[in-house]
Amino acid sequence: MLRYVLRRLALLVPMAFIISIVVFVAMRMIPVDPGELVLGPWATAEQRELARQKLGLDQSIPVQYLRYVTTAFQGDLGRSIKSGKEVTELIRATVPNSLMLGGTALALAYLIAIPLGVVAAVRQNTLVDQGAMGFALIGISIPNFWLGLLLVLVFAVNLRWLPATGSGTAAHLILPAVTLGLQYTAIVARMTRSSVLEVLRQDFVRTLHAKGLRRGRIIYMHVLKNAVIPVISLLGLHIGGVVGGAVIVETIFAWPGMGALLVNSIIARDYPIVQAVLTLLGVAVLLANLLADVLYAAADRRIKM
Amino acid sequence: MADPVLDVRDLHVALHTRRGVIHAVDHVSLHIDPGETLALVGESGCGKTMTALSVIGLVPKPPGVIEGGQVLLGGDDLVPKSDEEMRRLRGDRMAMVFQEPMTSLDPVFTIGAQLMETLLAHRAISRADAHAQSVAMLKRVQIPEAERRMDNYPHELSGGMRQRVMIAIALLCRPDLLIADEPTTALDVTTQAQILELLRELRGEFGMALLLITHALGVVAEMADRVAVMYAGRVVETAGVEEIFANPRHPYTKGLLASIPDLADGQERLATIPGTVPNLLHKPPGCCFWPRCPIAEARCRAQEPALAELAPGHQAACWKASA
Repeated sequence: MLRYVLRRLALLVPMAFIISIVVFVAMRMIPVDPGELVLGPWATAEQRELARQKLGLDQSIPVQYLRYVTTAFQGDLGRSIKSGKEVTELIRATVPNSLMLGGTALALAYLIAIPLGVVAAVRQNTLVDQGAMGFALIGISIPNFWLGLLLVLVFAVNLRWLPATGSGTAAHLILPAVTLGLQYTAIVARMTRSSVLEVLRQDFVRTLHAKGLRRGRIIYMHVLKNAVIPVISLLGLHIGGVVGGAVIVETIFAWPGMGALLVNSIIARDYPIVQAVLTLLGVAVLLANLLADVLYAAADRRIKM
Repeated sequence: MADPVLDVRDLHVALHTRRGVIHAVDHVSLHIDPGETLALVGESGCGKTMTALSVIGLVPKPPGVIEGGQVLLGGDDLVPKSDEEMRRLRGDRMAMVFQEPMTSLDPVFTIGAQLMETLLAHRAISRADAHAQSVAMLKRVQIPEAERRMDNYPHELSGGMRQRVMIAIALLCRPDLLIADEPTTALDVTTQAQILELLRELRGEFGMALLLITHALGVVAEMADRVAVMYAGRVVETAGVEEIFANPRHPYTKGLLASIPDLADGQERLATIPGTVPNLLHKPPGCCFWPRCPIAEARCRAQEPALAELAPGHQAACWKASA
């Protein structure tokens, strides 16, 4: 197990390099002159050329990349073109917010979705099942930018129970976490339901009944443990998605996370921030998948590492 | 004579499906004495497994409905019992071993956990005691390195070993009745012989009654004291094992026995019973075997024969048998 994790972590290094190269090259392909962005449209040609030299943009792309990587290893990811702030500082300020929002949204989603899916499966084709699956269908279908606006309208504007934007308190976390989590709740509930239904049909469930076990033990220990295994593989995707995919939700609620930082930097063509954040998100997705694989193997011993 | 462990009287189980009612167990009567083995024989789909499931209270409901009859376990009728009462009896006073050992154990729990939970469900004992008794039972079913096997997962064991584990689970609480539903069908021939030998030993040691469901007549000859032959949900013939092999009276039983390949005989073609099991949704009137019966006559098509005593302990349901 430990050897497997170490091997996977070692594999992360070349993967991270590949991600950074792709991101770096893609940023250089964008037909916008950062010199112009810094100085504005009225700068002279000489001024712009000077700015390009200062930013190192007169060099060839491989040379630029080498310089970027060597300084990155010294803990320096460059400075924002627009604000002049250090990129590492900006990221350090947003990562905890992103983790808190994403973590809360996913925890909420899985804690609601798994019991919901189990109950729906056990009471298949009853009102409970139809209600749960109706909720899931709505949850999958509602786009989260619309849900976010709706929740703001109801809970912040009309009822005035919760703040519409900002961060800092638990109350600030509720609306964005619900908005972000609903889709995951719906997907996981549906997945859990179909997985439980499949497990319930298996031979060993009959053996468990023949042994005289209580129904609760059969469902919540044996069937559930078998049924969550495919759900775990979803978790890997969801962790990756929630870290980078919170862009829209963070923007709606002015949540100071990495998603909002990324979007604002893309709009401003602030490429040092964009390339750093994108690389970081790529690595986060890889780590999330590694975590899912480890959990998967821990739950099902038939899977060899 | 001692009272029978299991006494099934006129049991009638129907499956209410969308396309109609299937009488899967059609007024079946059986009894098994302590220490006795009754083999329930018949083709696939003749109601053997459904009979066993109704005894142990695991008929899927819906679509299954127990329409009538009694299932007496030690004189106590199980049919009117609640789900909770049945749960307490299952795995304790009666237990069942299934056909497919590869899929009958939970793949994500250890062997030990699956043994211990059975004891803990029925006995007020400590986990340490449950562990000790489980190891002892694994040793009893001849699993080598029993202590170490407790921590194994099912996929780490062979089919034969898994079936031994299934038997160990079934016997943990020393049941009065063990139902074995084709316990060796999924195993290779040498393993089959070992499992049968083990079952025979354990039956002698624990003095339990064994209801052995099989379609393998070789297994019947080796294991059974008495035989009940089922066809289309009914018992068509029942007799002691020697009597049934020596003197079968129902044409279906005769057909089954004739279809055993006999190498000494030098036959070129294997004898078969022509036709197939009738669709239970549309049972023919009269004797359900007549469409395939070589000696059927007019009366067989019109009237259903009842089980009739032909000799002491030998009954058959055939108009022509008593003649």
